[in-house]
Amino acid sequence: MLDHLTFDQLSEEQKYDHFMDRINRDEKIEADDWMPDDYRIALIRLISMHGISEIMGALPEKEWVPKAPTLHRKLAIMAKVQDEMGHGQLLLRVAEDLMKPLGKNRDNIMSDLFTKRLKFHNVFHMASPTWGDAAIIAWLVDGAAIMSQTMMLDTSYGPYGRALKRICQEESFHAKHGESLVLSLAEGTDRQKQMLQDALNRWWDALLMFFGPKSKQETGHTNVDKNIKYKLRTKTNEQLRQEFFTKYIPKIELIGLKVPDKTVRFDEESNTWHYQDPDWNEFKQIVSGNGPKSDDRIRLRQSSYENTEWVREALGHVKTAVV
Amino acid sequence: MSIESNKQELTELIYQLADDDFIHAHRGSEWLGLAPHIEEDVAFSSINQDTMGHATMYYRILSELGEGKADDLSHLRKKEQFRNAIILEEKNGTGEYLDSPNYDWAFTVIRHLFYDVAKKIRLESLKQSSYEPLADAARKMLTEQYYHLLHWKIWFKQLMTSTEEARDRMETAIKRVWKDFGGVLTLGPHAEKMVSAGLIEDEAALRERFIDQIQELFNEVNYSIDNEPLMIRGDGRNGEHTEDLEHALKTLSEVYVSDPQATGW
Ligand SMILES: [Fe+2]
Ligand SMILES: [Fe+2]
Repeated sequence: MLDHLTFDQLSEEQKYDHFMDRINRDEKIEADDWMPDDYRIALIRLISMHGISEIMGALPEKEWVPKAPTLHRKLAIMAKVQDEMGHGQLLLRVAEDLMKPLGKNRDNIMSDLFTKRLKFHNVFHMASPTWGDAAIIAWLVDGAAIMSQTMMLDTSYGPYGRALKRICQEESFHAKHGESLVLSLAEGTDRQKQMLQDALNRWWDALLMFFGPKSKQETGHTNVDKNIKYKLRTKTNEQLRQEFFTKYIPKIELIGLKVPDKTVRFDEESNTWHYQDPDWNEFKQIVSGNGPKSDDRIRLRQSSYENTEWVREALGHVKTAVV
Repeated sequence: MSIESNKQELTELIYQLADDDFIHAHRGSEWLGLAPHIEEDVAFSSINQDTMGHATMYYRILSELGEGKADDLSHLRKKEQFRNAIILEEKNGTGEYLDSPNYDWAFTVIRHLFYDVAKKIRLESLKQSSYEPLADAARKMLTEQYYHLLHWKIWFKQLMTSTEEARDRMETAIKRVWKDFGGVLTLGPHAEKMVSAGLIEDEAALRERFIDQIQELFNEVNYSIDNEPLMIRGDGRNGEHTEDLEHALKTLSEVYVSDPQATGW
């Protein structure tokens, strides 16, 4: 290990090689460590997108907080949405530290969101019109999120890995909460069952899209390769999607629901699931901020942000007064 | 106190406590995702969950007293059957929680601060209640209540002593909440019997404590108000309510009533 003085004297190229050595030795990179801009920017993109997705993800579920059918469900969904906001907070702090050297902060994250420069997960652009949607979101969207977050637990960036560890612990409660919501409806009246099946039909394509396209062919570009090189992630989009099928298709069928894709089948020979691809053009549209609920949700977040501008201003004043 | 002969004042009191917390937690939770910053969103949500949890405890006590299922009590009663104070049912601002909510943070801070001051006084009195399940519940709630109150006191102080705009907004909010806050401080038409059964101390004593404590908070930020809190829109303890409650109850029970055959959710 080089000491600081000698490290500073290295050329950029040598620094980069040293950095890649660390990555290849599976060392964890910390916030104050030297890192190439390319790595920093990949991290900022990944983590601020993840963080803002948690926060935007609170909105479709928030819709069901007051409407949750019983006192018990009201409490449970409030706790879950709070966790998601907490995840957003944790992640944005990690992103903020990375952005500091670039002279950027949380305000920049918010304004990038409002101008659609900062993207968030496709699933949070979708409508959630019934209580069945709340159940499917908590069960399958959280289930899918757990898979991609678990995959990144071992990420090369230390602060992100630690945030993910805490997030994954809480997510396991969300999955249980989701399963409990789904089971109650699946064991319920015909109407409740139908509500659940309708929600699954609505969410299926979005769930497949959640993992991202297989390769560049589908959408023209992907950051997966770079993220794998830097060991930010360890699996490809398709690997995760296949794991999702393996875990959830049997469960979906077991509780009497139908997967809304007649072509879906497991091929023993190639050991893979065959399925109908979602419309990747639509995916591109959705994540660019042209999904069914994109504008509504961004507007909701923006107007609430603007309405409380005076509060943040007052708090800024309190802080400087204390100093 | 005997449950048999004091049943009416006992249940009336618990409905007041339950409905106050229920509707107050609902109004708080409408802020979810919309608070001034993310850290506050998380903290505020904890408070709302505690408060909803308190409402649940009260509804369960009512249920044990033979009033019906806790979920039915919270989701099926008509507006006129609710006993919460009117100020607590008021919307956070114009708009809906999903559609252009124009929520007023100053109003929220003041309403929560005043409510939590009053609630803590009420809980302390309930610790000595002649009805043991109520005294027991009050003891459990008080630890949480301490943190809630602290939270709103900090907000109050910060916003009252920062920018001119914040001060203006806060003063406007104080006047607005004050006009109806009397509704929280009253025990309603059965007050005397509640007191003589030893369920809670009398209204005047509780009210005096409230005024003293608020006065103290006002003094710290150089603010004063001449008159006493009023109840200009009516007495919620008597089943008098506004459209805002009607609307909220419709939202709160939308799913629960959507399938009358359903036995579980
Ligand atoms: Fe999350
Ligand atoms: Fe989650």
